[in-house]
Amino acid sequence: MAGGNAGGEVLVSIRNLTFSRGSRKIFDGVNLDIPRGKITAIMGPSGTGKTTLLKLIGGQLRPDSGTITVDGRIVHELSLGRLYELRKKIGMLFQTGALLTDLNVFENVAFPLREHTKLPESMIRTLVLMKLQAVGLRGARDLMPAQLSGGMARRVALARAITLDPMMIMYDEPFTGQDPISMGVLVKLIRDLNRELGLTSIVVSHDVEETASIADYIYLISEGKVVGQGTPDAIRHSESPWVLQFMEGLADGPVPFHYPAPDYAADLLNPPA
Amino acid sequence: MLAPFQQLGHATLGTMQKLGRANLFICHVLTGLPEILRRIRLLLAQVYSVGVLTILLVSVSGLFVGMVLGLQGYNVLSDFGAEQTLGVMVAASLVRELGPVVTALLFAGRAGSALTAEIGLMKATEQLSGMEMMAVDPLKRIIAPRFFAGCLSMPLLASLFSMIGVMGGYFVGVGLLGVDEGAFWSQMRSRIDFYDDIVNGLIKSAVFGVIVTWIAVFEGYDAVPTSEGVSRATTRSVVYSAFAVLGWDFVLTALMFGGD
Repeated sequence: MAGGNAGGEVLVSIRNLTFSRGSRKIFDGVNLDIPRGKITAIMGPSGTGKTTLLKLIGGQLRPDSGTITVDGRIVHELSLGRLYELRKKIGMLFQTGALLTDLNVFENVAFPLREHTKLPESMIRTLVLMKLQAVGLRGARDLMPAQLSGGMARRVALARAITLDPMMIMYDEPFTGQDPISMGVLVKLIRDLNRELGLTSIVVSHDVEETASIADYIYLISEGKVVGQGTPDAIRHSESPWVLQFMEGLADGPVPFHYPAPDYAADLLNPPA
Repeated sequence: MLAPFQQLGHATLGTMQKLGRANLFICHVLTGLPEILRRIRLLLAQVYSVGVLTILLVSVSGLFVGMVLGLQGYNVLSDFGAEQTLGVMVAASLVRELGPVVTALLFAGRAGSALTAEIGLMKATEQLSGMEMMAVDPLKRIIAPRFFAGCLSMPLLASLFSMIGVMGGYFVGVGLLGVDEGAFWSQMRSRIDFYDDIVNGLIKSAVFGVIVTWIAVFEGYDAVPTSEGVSRATTRSVVYSAFAVLGWDFVLTALMFGGD
Protein backbone atom coordinates (compact mmCIF):
# COMPACT_ATOMS: atom_id res chain seq x y z
CA MET A 1 0.00 0.00 0.00
CA ALA A 2 1.49 3.27 -1.10
CA GLY A 3 1.40 5.83 1.61
CA GLY A 4 -2.30 5.14 1.91
CA ASN A 5 -4.07 5.67 5.17
CA ALA A 6 -3.56 9.41 5.47
CA GLY A 7 -7.23 9.87 4.59
CA GLY A 8 -8.96 12.72 2.83
CA GLU A 9 -8.17 14.29 -0.49
CA VAL A 10 -4.54 14.07 -1.59
CA LEU A 11 -2.73 17.25 -2.64
CA VAL A 12 0.76 15.90 -3.23
CA SER A 13 1.40 12.35 -4.17
CA ILE A 14 4.78 10.81 -4.71
CA ARG A 15 5.13 7.45 -6.42
CA ASN A 16 8.24 5.28 -6.74
CA LEU A 17 10.52 8.27 -6.46
CA THR A 18 14.19 7.65 -7.05
CA PHE A 19 16.82 10.35 -7.02
CA SER A 20 20.60 10.22 -6.88
CA ARG A 21 23.35 12.74 -6.36
CA GLY A 22 26.42 11.45 -8.12
CA SER A 23 26.68 7.79 -7.20
CA ARG A 24 24.78 8.25 -3.94
CA LYS A 25 21.17 7.16 -3.99
CA ILE A 26 19.16 9.65 -1.95
CA PHE A 27 15.69 8.25 -2.61
CA ASP A 28 15.02 4.70 -3.65
CA GLY A 29 11.37 4.03 -4.33
CA VAL A 30 9.67 6.49 -2.01
CA ASN A 31 5.86 6.59 -1.94
CA LEU A 32 3.99 9.13 0.09
CA ASP A 33 0.81 11.18 0.08
CA ILE A 34 0.23 14.62 1.53
CA PRO A 35 -3.46 15.06 2.36
CA ARG A 36 -5.07 18.43 1.72
CA GLY A 37 -5.70 20.63 4.73
CA LYS A 38 -3.50 18.64 7.10
CA ILE A 39 -0.03 19.04 8.55
CA THR A 40 2.17 16.25 7.34
CA ALA A 41 5.61 15.80 8.83
CA ILE A 42 8.51 14.19 7.08
CA MET A 43 11.15 13.19 9.58
CA GLY A 44 14.43 11.44 9.48
CA PRO A 45 18.06 11.77 10.47
CA SER A 46 20.19 14.59 9.06
CA GLY A 47 21.42 13.95 5.58
CA THR A 48 18.53 11.76 4.46
CA GLY A 49 17.55 14.26 1.80
CA LYS A 50 14.50 15.81 3.45
CA THR A 51 15.34 19.21 1.96
CA THR A 52 15.94 17.49 -1.36
CA LEU A 53 12.43 16.08 -1.16
CA LEU A 54 10.99 19.59 -0.79
CA LYS A 55 13.03 20.79 -3.76
CA LEU A 56 11.70 17.88 -5.78
CA ILE A 57 8.13 18.78 -4.83
CA GLY A 58 8.79 22.41 -5.74
CA GLY A 59 10.25 21.39 -9.09
CA GLN A 60 13.73 22.76 -8.39
CA LEU A 61 15.15 19.28 -8.91
CA ARG A 62 14.01 16.54 -11.25
CA PRO A 63 13.55 12.95 -10.11
CA ASP A 64 15.51 10.18 -11.82
CA SER A 65 12.32 8.17 -12.03
CA GLY A 66 8.89 8.05 -10.49
CA THR A 67 6.31 10.81 -10.39
CA ILE A 68 5.52 13.73 -8.13
CA THR A 69 2.00 15.06 -8.53
CA VAL A 70 1.01 18.37 -6.97
CA ASP A 71 -2.63 19.42 -7.21
CA GLY A 72 -3.21 17.01 -10.08
CA ARG A 73 -0.19 18.10 -12.11
CA ILE A 74 3.03 16.15 -12.57
CA VAL A 75 5.63 18.68 -11.47
CA HIS A 76 8.60 17.64 -13.57
CA GLU A 77 6.58 17.54 -16.78
CA LEU A 78 5.37 21.14 -16.52
CA SER A 79 6.81 23.85 -18.74
CA LEU A 80 8.75 26.56 -16.93
CA GLY A 81 5.83 28.98 -17.22
CA ARG A 82 3.35 26.50 -15.75
CA LEU A 83 5.79 25.49 -13.06
CA TYR A 84 6.04 29.13 -12.03
CA GLU A 85 2.24 29.36 -11.99
CA LEU A 86 2.17 26.37 -9.67
CA ARG A 87 4.87 27.82 -7.43
CA LYS A 88 2.79 30.92 -6.84
CA LYS A 89 0.45 28.60 -4.95
CA ILE A 90 3.23 27.04 -2.90
CA GLY A 91 5.01 28.85 -0.11
CA MET A 92 8.33 27.59 1.10
CA LEU A 93 10.09 28.44 4.31
CA PHE A 94 13.81 27.89 3.94
CA GLN A 95 15.96 26.80 6.83
CA THR A 96 17.90 30.07 6.71
CA GLY A 97 14.82 32.18 5.97
CA ALA A 98 16.36 33.17 2.63
CA LEU A 99 15.30 36.79 3.13
CA LEU A 100 16.61 39.26 0.59
CA THR A 101 19.37 40.95 2.56
CA ASP A 102 19.23 44.27 0.72
CA LEU A 103 15.53 44.83 1.47
CA ASN A 104 13.95 45.61 4.83
CA VAL A 105 11.29 43.45 6.45
CA PHE A 106 8.39 45.30 4.84
CA GLU A 107 9.87 45.11 1.36
CA ASN A 108 10.74 41.45 1.80
CA VAL A 109 7.14 40.60 2.56
CA ALA A 110 5.94 42.91 -0.22
CA PHE A 111 8.34 41.32 -2.72
CA PRO A 112 6.02 38.59 -4.10
CA LEU A 113 3.18 41.12 -4.40
CA ARG A 114 5.34 43.59 -6.28
CA GLU A 115 6.62 40.86 -8.58
CA HIS A 116 3.33 39.16 -9.34
CA THR A 117 0.60 41.75 -8.96
CA LYS A 118 -0.07 45.32 -9.99
CA LEU A 119 -1.82 46.24 -6.77
CA PRO A 120 -1.77 49.89 -5.71
CA GLU A 121 0.69 50.84 -3.01
CA SER A 122 -2.02 51.33 -0.36
CA MET A 123 -3.31 47.81 -0.94
CA ILE A 124 0.19 46.35 -0.76
CA ARG A 125 0.75 48.16 2.51
CA THR A 126 -2.45 46.78 3.99
CA LEU A 127 -1.70 43.24 2.87
CA VAL A 128 1.89 43.33 4.12
CA LEU A 129 0.88 44.70 7.50
CA MET A 130 -1.79 42.01 7.81
CA LYS A 131 0.72 39.28 7.11
CA LEU A 132 3.24 40.81 9.49
CA GLN A 133 0.55 41.11 12.17
CA ALA A 134 -0.19 37.41 11.73
CA VAL A 135 3.39 36.55 12.67
CA GLY A 136 3.57 39.26 15.35
CA LEU A 137 6.20 41.41 13.63
CA ARG A 138 4.20 44.40 12.43
CA GLY A 139 6.46 46.58 14.59
CA ALA A 140 9.61 45.22 12.95
CA ARG A 141 8.71 46.35 9.46
CA ASP A 142 11.62 48.78 9.13
CA LEU A 143 14.36 46.45 10.33
CA MET A 144 16.86 44.95 7.94
CA PRO A 145 17.25 41.15 7.85
CA ALA A 146 20.70 41.42 9.47
CA GLN A 147 19.07 43.00 12.55
CA LEU A 148 16.68 40.10 13.10
CA SER A 149 17.24 37.12 15.36
CA GLY A 150 17.04 33.69 13.74
CA GLY A 151 13.51 33.14 14.99
CA MET A 152 12.32 36.54 13.81
CA ALA A 153 13.88 36.00 10.39
CA ARG A 154 11.93 32.76 10.07
CA ARG A 155 8.72 34.50 11.04
CA VAL A 156 9.31 37.20 8.43
CA ALA A 157 10.00 34.49 5.88
CA LEU A 158 6.76 32.85 6.96
CA ALA A 159 4.88 36.10 6.45
CA ARG A 160 6.41 36.34 3.01
CA ALA A 161 5.49 32.73 2.23
CA ILE A 162 1.81 33.47 2.90
CA THR A 163 1.57 36.82 1.08
CA LEU A 164 0.24 35.26 -2.11
CA ASP A 165 -2.25 33.15 -0.10
CA PRO A 166 -0.82 29.81 -1.16
CA MET A 167 -2.59 26.48 -0.94
CA MET A 168 0.41 24.79 0.60
CA ILE A 169 3.47 25.70 2.64
CA MET A 170 6.61 23.64 2.90
CA TYR A 171 8.69 24.16 6.01
CA ASP A 172 12.33 23.17 5.85
CA GLU A 173 13.61 22.45 9.37
CA PRO A 174 11.60 25.28 10.95
CA PHE A 175 12.72 24.49 14.51
CA THR A 176 16.44 23.98 14.05
CA GLY A 177 18.59 26.21 16.22
CA GLN A 178 15.69 28.01 17.90
CA ASP A 179 15.45 28.82 21.59
CA PRO A 180 12.45 27.34 23.45
CA ILE A 181 10.39 30.51 23.17
CA SER A 182 10.76 31.06 19.46
CA MET A 183 10.33 27.31 18.99
CA GLY A 184 6.99 27.62 20.78
CA VAL A 185 6.06 30.63 18.66
CA LEU A 186 6.82 28.77 15.45
CA VAL A 187 4.90 25.68 16.55
CA LYS A 188 1.88 27.84 17.32
CA LEU A 189 2.20 29.76 14.04
CA ILE A 190 2.43 26.68 11.89
CA ARG A 191 -0.57 25.12 13.59
CA ASP A 192 -2.70 28.28 13.59
CA LEU A 193 -1.88 29.29 10.03
CA ASN A 194 -2.70 25.86 8.75
CA ARG A 195 -6.07 25.90 10.46
CA GLU A 196 -7.08 29.50 9.85
CA LEU A 197 -5.90 29.88 6.27
CA GLY A 198 -7.01 26.38 5.27
CA LEU A 199 -3.50 25.50 4.16
CA THR A 200 -1.77 22.23 3.62
CA SER A 201 1.56 22.03 5.39
CA ILE A 202 4.58 19.85 4.91
CA VAL A 203 7.02 20.07 7.79
CA VAL A 204 10.44 18.59 7.29
CA SER A 205 12.21 18.21 10.60
CA HIS A 206 14.16 16.08 12.98
CA ASP A 207 12.85 17.77 16.11
CA VAL A 208 10.69 14.94 17.33
CA GLU A 209 8.66 16.55 20.12
CA GLU A 210 7.70 19.78 18.37
CA THR A 211 6.90 18.10 15.11
CA ALA A 212 4.88 15.31 16.68
CA SER A 213 2.87 17.89 18.61
CA ILE A 214 1.51 19.56 15.47
CA ALA A 215 1.59 16.88 12.79
CA ASP A 216 -1.51 15.00 11.73
CA TYR A 217 0.53 12.36 10.01
CA ILE A 218 4.22 11.48 10.06
CA TYR A 219 6.48 9.83 7.54
CA LEU A 220 9.86 8.63 8.69
CA ILE A 221 12.51 8.45 6.03
CA SER A 222 15.90 6.81 6.28
CA GLU A 223 18.41 5.60 3.73
CA GLY A 224 16.19 6.64 0.86
CA LYS A 225 13.11 4.74 1.96
CA VAL A 226 10.00 5.36 4.01
CA VAL A 227 10.69 3.31 7.13
CA GLY A 228 7.65 4.22 9.16
CA GLN A 229 4.43 6.16 8.89
CA GLY A 230 1.32 6.89 10.86
CA THR A 231 -0.27 9.35 13.21
CA PRO A 232 2.04 10.65 15.94
CA ASP A 233 0.51 8.23 18.45
CA ALA A 234 0.84 5.26 16.16
CA ILE A 235 4.45 6.17 15.42
CA ARG A 236 5.26 6.47 19.11
CA HIS A 237 3.92 2.98 19.74
CA SER A 238 5.56 1.53 16.68
CA GLU A 239 7.26 -1.83 17.08
CA SER A 240 10.00 -1.06 14.60
CA PRO A 241 13.29 -0.75 16.51
CA TRP A 242 14.51 1.91 14.07
CA VAL A 243 11.43 4.08 14.59
CA LEU A 244 11.74 3.70 18.35
CA GLN A 245 15.39 4.67 18.30
CA PHE A 246 14.62 7.80 16.29
CA MET A 247 11.60 8.88 18.30
CA GLU A 248 13.29 8.26 21.64
CA GLY A 249 16.64 9.63 20.55
CA LEU A 250 18.63 6.58 21.67
CA ALA A 251 22.36 6.66 21.05
CA ASP A 252 22.65 3.08 19.92
CA GLY A 253 20.31 0.76 18.10
CA PRO A 254 19.68 -0.14 14.48
CA VAL A 255 21.59 3.04 13.69
CA PRO A 256 24.91 2.21 15.37
CA PHE A 257 26.69 4.72 17.59
CA HIS A 258 29.98 4.01 15.82
CA TYR A 259 30.74 4.94 12.27
CA PRO A 260 31.92 1.74 10.55
CA ALA A 261 35.55 1.16 11.58
CA PRO A 262 38.02 -1.71 11.90
CA ASP A 263 38.20 -3.58 15.19
CA TYR A 264 39.00 -1.18 18.04
CA ALA A 265 41.71 -3.23 19.79
CA ALA A 266 43.40 -4.17 16.54
CA ASP A 267 43.30 -0.54 15.46
CA LEU A 268 45.04 0.65 18.63
CA LEU A 269 47.66 -2.09 18.65
CA ASN A 270 48.64 -1.86 15.02
CA PRO A 271 49.67 1.68 14.17
CA PRO A 272 50.34 2.22 10.48
CA ALA A 273 54.00 1.68 9.66
CA MET B 1 50.51 5.75 -16.28
CA LEU B 2 47.29 6.90 -17.86
CA ALA B 3 46.53 9.21 -14.97
CA PRO B 4 47.80 12.44 -16.61
CA PHE B 5 45.69 11.74 -19.68
CA GLN B 6 42.68 11.05 -17.53
CA GLN B 7 43.22 14.29 -15.70
CA LEU B 8 43.61 16.18 -18.95
CA GLY B 9 40.42 14.63 -20.27
CA HIS B 10 38.60 15.38 -17.06
CA ALA B 11 39.75 19.01 -17.07
CA THR B 12 38.82 19.43 -20.74
CA LEU B 13 35.37 17.97 -20.21
CA GLY B 14 34.87 20.15 -17.15
CA THR B 15 35.84 23.27 -19.08
CA MET B 16 33.57 22.38 -21.98
CA GLN B 17 30.65 21.76 -19.65
CA LYS B 18 31.25 25.07 -17.96
CA LEU B 19 31.36 26.88 -21.30
CA GLY B 20 28.12 25.18 -22.25
CA ARG B 21 26.50 26.24 -18.99
CA ALA B 22 27.76 29.79 -19.46
CA ASN B 23 26.18 29.94 -22.93
CA LEU B 24 22.82 28.54 -21.85
CA PHE B 25 22.95 30.92 -18.92
CA ILE B 26 23.49 34.01 -21.05
CA CYS B 27 20.74 32.98 -23.49
CA HIS B 28 18.34 32.74 -20.57
CA VAL B 29 19.51 36.10 -19.21
CA LEU B 30 19.01 37.78 -22.59
CA THR B 31 15.37 36.72 -22.63
CA GLY B 32 14.97 38.95 -19.59
CA LEU B 33 15.51 42.09 -21.69
CA PRO B 34 11.83 42.95 -22.34
CA GLU B 35 11.08 42.75 -18.64
CA ILE B 36 14.07 44.96 -17.84
CA LEU B 37 12.85 47.56 -20.32
CA ARG B 38 9.42 47.47 -18.69
CA ARG B 39 10.91 47.90 -15.22
CA ILE B 40 13.67 50.32 -16.05
CA ARG B 41 14.24 51.18 -12.40
CA LEU B 42 15.74 47.76 -11.78
CA LEU B 43 18.30 48.55 -14.45
CA LEU B 44 18.99 52.08 -13.23
CA ALA B 45 19.67 50.88 -9.69
CA GLN B 46 22.31 48.53 -11.06
CA VAL B 47 23.79 51.12 -13.41
CA TYR B 48 24.32 53.15 -10.27
CA SER B 49 26.07 50.44 -8.29
CA VAL B 50 28.01 48.98 -11.20
CA GLY B 51 28.74 52.12 -13.21
CA VAL B 52 28.36 55.31 -11.23
CA LEU B 53 30.28 54.00 -8.24
CA THR B 54 33.17 53.09 -10.55
CA ILE B 55 33.47 56.64 -11.92
CA LEU B 56 35.91 57.90 -9.30
CA LEU B 57 38.28 54.98 -9.75
CA VAL B 58 38.19 55.29 -13.53
CA SER B 59 38.65 59.08 -13.47
CA VAL B 60 41.66 59.05 -11.16
CA SER B 61 43.28 56.17 -13.05
CA GLY B 62 42.59 57.89 -16.36
CA LEU B 63 44.19 61.10 -15.14
CA PHE B 64 47.38 59.39 -14.07
CA VAL B 65 47.63 57.18 -17.14
CA GLY B 66 47.23 60.28 -19.32
CA MET B 67 49.87 62.17 -17.34
CA VAL B 68 52.34 59.30 -17.64
CA LEU B 69 51.64 59.10 -21.38
CA GLY B 70 52.34 62.81 -21.68
CA LEU B 71 55.62 62.46 -19.86
CA GLN B 72 56.86 59.34 -21.65
CA GLY B 73 55.59 60.49 -25.02
CA TYR B 74 57.39 63.82 -24.66
CA ASN B 75 60.67 62.07 -23.83
CA VAL B 76 60.54 59.90 -26.93
CA LEU B 77 59.06 62.44 -29.34
CA SER B 78 61.36 65.28 -28.37
CA ASP B 79 64.36 63.14 -29.44
CA PHE B 80 62.96 63.40 -32.95
CA GLY B 81 61.82 66.97 -32.59
CA ALA B 82 58.26 65.76 -32.94
CA GLU B 83 56.84 66.88 -29.59
CA GLN B 84 54.13 68.74 -31.55
CA THR B 85 52.50 65.37 -32.18
CA LEU B 86 52.26 64.57 -28.48
CA GLY B 87 48.50 65.18 -28.59
CA VAL B 88 48.07 62.59 -31.32
CA MET B 89 50.10 60.02 -29.46
CA VAL B 90 48.29 60.52 -26.17
CA ALA B 91 44.84 60.50 -27.74
CA ALA B 92 45.46 57.54 -30.04
CA SER B 93 46.92 55.35 -27.28
CA LEU B 94 44.04 56.19 -24.99
CA VAL B 95 41.16 55.93 -27.41
CA ARG B 96 42.37 52.84 -29.22
CA GLU B 97 43.95 50.79 -26.46
CA LEU B 98 44.39 52.06 -22.95
CA GLY B 99 40.91 53.46 -22.53
CA PRO B 100 39.03 50.23 -23.28
CA VAL B 101 41.63 47.82 -21.88
CA VAL B 102 42.59 49.55 -18.62
CA THR B 103 38.98 50.49 -17.94
CA ALA B 104 37.92 46.88 -18.49
CA LEU B 105 40.60 45.66 -16.06
CA LEU B 106 39.61 48.25 -13.46
CA PHE B 107 35.95 47.47 -14.06
CA ALA B 108 36.60 43.75 -13.52
CA GLY B 109 38.36 44.53 -10.26
CA ARG B 110 35.87 47.03 -8.92
CA ALA B 111 32.48 46.04 -10.33
CA GLY B 112 32.98 42.49 -11.64
CA SER B 113 34.31 41.13 -8.37
CA ALA B 114 31.48 42.83 -6.46
CA LEU B 115 28.90 41.30 -8.80
CA THR B 116 30.38 37.82 -8.45
CA ALA B 117 30.54 38.04 -4.66
CA GLU B 118 27.04 39.46 -4.37
CA ILE B 119 25.44 36.85 -6.60
CA GLY B 120 27.51 34.05 -5.09
CA LEU B 121 26.43 35.05 -1.58
CA MET B 122 22.81 35.31 -2.68
CA LYS B 123 23.13 31.76 -3.91
CA ALA B 124 24.88 30.58 -0.75
CA THR B 125 22.19 32.09 1.47
CA GLU B 126 19.44 30.49 -0.65
CA GLN B 127 18.10 33.87 -1.75
CA LEU B 128 18.14 32.80 -5.40
CA SER B 129 16.55 29.48 -4.54
CA GLY B 130 13.96 31.26 -2.42
CA MET B 131 13.14 33.53 -5.32
CA GLU B 132 12.61 30.56 -7.60
CA MET B 133 10.16 29.14 -5.09
CA MET B 134 8.33 32.49 -5.07
CA ALA B 135 7.93 31.99 -8.82
CA VAL B 136 10.37 34.81 -9.56
CA ASP B 137 13.06 33.90 -12.06
CA PRO B 138 16.37 35.01 -10.49
CA LEU B 139 18.05 35.04 -13.89
CA LYS B 140 15.60 37.69 -15.05
CA ARG B 141 15.09 39.55 -11.80
CA ILE B 142 18.63 39.55 -10.38
CA ILE B 143 21.12 38.63 -13.09
CA ALA B 144 19.66 40.37 -16.14
CA PRO B 145 19.61 43.92 -14.70
CA ARG B 146 23.19 43.51 -13.51
CA PHE B 147 24.34 42.13 -16.84
CA PHE B 148 22.75 44.87 -18.92
CA ALA B 149 23.94 47.52 -16.50
CA GLY B 150 27.51 46.30 -16.93
CA CYS B 151 27.22 46.23 -20.72
CA LEU B 152 25.85 49.76 -20.68
CA SER B 153 28.36 51.18 -18.22
CA MET B 154 31.59 49.92 -19.72
CA PRO B 155 31.65 52.00 -22.95
CA LEU B 156 30.67 55.09 -20.96
CA LEU B 157 33.40 54.49 -18.40
CA ALA B 158 35.98 53.83 -21.11
CA SER B 159 35.04 57.08 -22.85
CA LEU B 160 35.38 58.92 -19.57
CA PHE B 161 38.76 57.31 -18.99
CA SER B 162 40.02 58.39 -22.41
CA MET B 163 38.66 61.90 -22.01
CA ILE B 164 40.25 62.47 -18.64
CA GLY B 165 43.43 60.77 -19.87
CA VAL B 166 43.69 63.30 -22.70
CA MET B 167 43.29 66.07 -20.15
CA GLY B 168 46.08 64.52 -18.07
CA GLY B 169 48.33 64.38 -21.12
CA TYR B 170 47.47 68.01 -21.81
CA PHE B 171 48.35 69.15 -18.30
CA VAL B 172 51.73 67.48 -18.40
CA GLY B 173 52.59 68.09 -22.07
CA VAL B 174 51.36 71.64 -22.46
CA GLY B 175 51.28 72.79 -18.87
CA LEU B 176 54.55 71.41 -17.54
CA LEU B 177 56.72 70.54 -20.52
CA GLY B 178 55.83 73.46 -22.74
CA VAL B 179 54.46 71.75 -25.85
CA ASP B 180 52.64 74.28 -28.04
CA GLU B 181 48.98 74.28 -27.10
CA GLY B 182 47.65 74.96 -30.60
CA ALA B 183 49.75 72.17 -32.11
CA PHE B 184 48.71 69.74 -29.36
CA TRP B 185 45.01 70.11 -30.11
CA SER B 186 45.08 70.73 -33.87
CA GLN B 187 47.34 67.76 -34.58
CA MET B 188 45.07 65.63 -32.45
CA ARG B 189 41.99 66.84 -34.29
CA SER B 190 43.44 66.24 -37.72
CA ARG B 191 44.97 62.84 -37.02
CA ILE B 192 42.37 61.12 -34.83
CA ASP B 193 39.67 59.70 -37.05
CA PHE B 194 36.15 59.41 -35.70
CA TYR B 195 35.38 56.00 -37.19
CA ASP B 196 38.83 54.41 -37.19
CA ASP B 197 39.78 55.47 -33.71
CA ILE B 198 36.84 56.53 -31.63
CA VAL B 199 34.17 54.14 -32.91
CA ASN B 200 36.58 51.22 -32.90
CA GLY B 201 37.54 52.08 -29.33
CA LEU B 202 33.90 52.19 -28.36
CA ILE B 203 33.28 48.83 -29.99
CA LYS B 204 36.19 47.39 -28.05
CA SER B 205 34.92 48.73 -24.77
CA ALA B 206 31.43 47.42 -25.50
CA VAL B 207 32.82 43.95 -26.24
CA PHE B 208 34.90 44.05 -23.06
CA GLY B 209 31.84 45.18 -21.12
CA VAL B 210 29.89 42.14 -22.29
CA ILE B 211 32.80 39.78 -21.58
CA VAL B 212 33.65 41.10 -18.12
CA THR B 213 30.04 41.32 -16.92
CA TRP B 214 29.18 37.94 -18.38
CA ILE B 215 32.11 36.31 -16.59
CA ALA B 216 31.28 38.13 -13.36
CA VAL B 217 27.59 37.21 -13.18
CA PHE B 218 28.16 33.67 -14.42
CA GLU B 219 30.95 32.95 -11.92
CA GLY B 220 28.69 34.21 -9.16
CA TYR B 221 25.75 32.14 -10.31
CA ASP B 222 27.89 29.05 -10.85
CA ALA B 223 29.79 29.42 -7.55
CA VAL B 224 29.92 26.57 -5.08
CA PRO B 225 27.52 27.91 -2.43
CA THR B 226 30.00 28.07 0.47
CA SER B 227 32.28 30.84 1.75
CA GLU B 228 35.26 29.21 0.11
CA GLY B 229 33.35 28.67 -3.11
CA VAL B 230 32.34 32.33 -3.31
CA SER B 231 35.88 33.50 -2.59
CA ARG B 232 37.26 31.23 -5.32
CA ALA B 233 34.60 32.39 -7.74
CA THR B 234 35.48 36.03 -7.07
CA THR B 235 39.14 35.37 -7.75
CA ARG B 236 38.30 33.45 -10.91
CA SER B 237 36.02 36.24 -12.05
CA VAL B 238 38.83 38.82 -11.96
CA VAL B 239 41.52 36.50 -13.36
CA TYR B 240 39.39 35.18 -16.24
CA SER B 241 38.20 38.70 -17.03
CA ALA B 242 41.78 39.93 -17.28
CA PHE B 243 42.80 37.07 -19.56
CA ALA B 244 39.71 37.39 -21.71
CA VAL B 245 40.07 41.16 -22.08
CA LEU B 246 43.74 40.98 -23.06
CA GLY B 247 43.17 38.06 -25.43
CA TRP B 248 40.18 39.63 -27.12
CA ASP B 249 42.01 42.93 -27.31
CA PHE B 250 44.60 41.29 -29.53
CA VAL B 251 41.92 39.73 -31.72
CA LEU B 252 39.97 42.97 -32.03
CA THR B 253 43.08 45.04 -32.67
CA ALA B 254 44.14 42.62 -35.39
CA LEU B 255 40.71 42.91 -37.00
CA MET B 256 40.48 46.69 -36.68
CA PHE B 257 44.00 47.93 -37.18
CA GLY B 258 45.83 44.87 -38.49
CA GLY B 259 45.39 45.49 -42.21
CA ASP B 260 47.30 48.68 -42.67
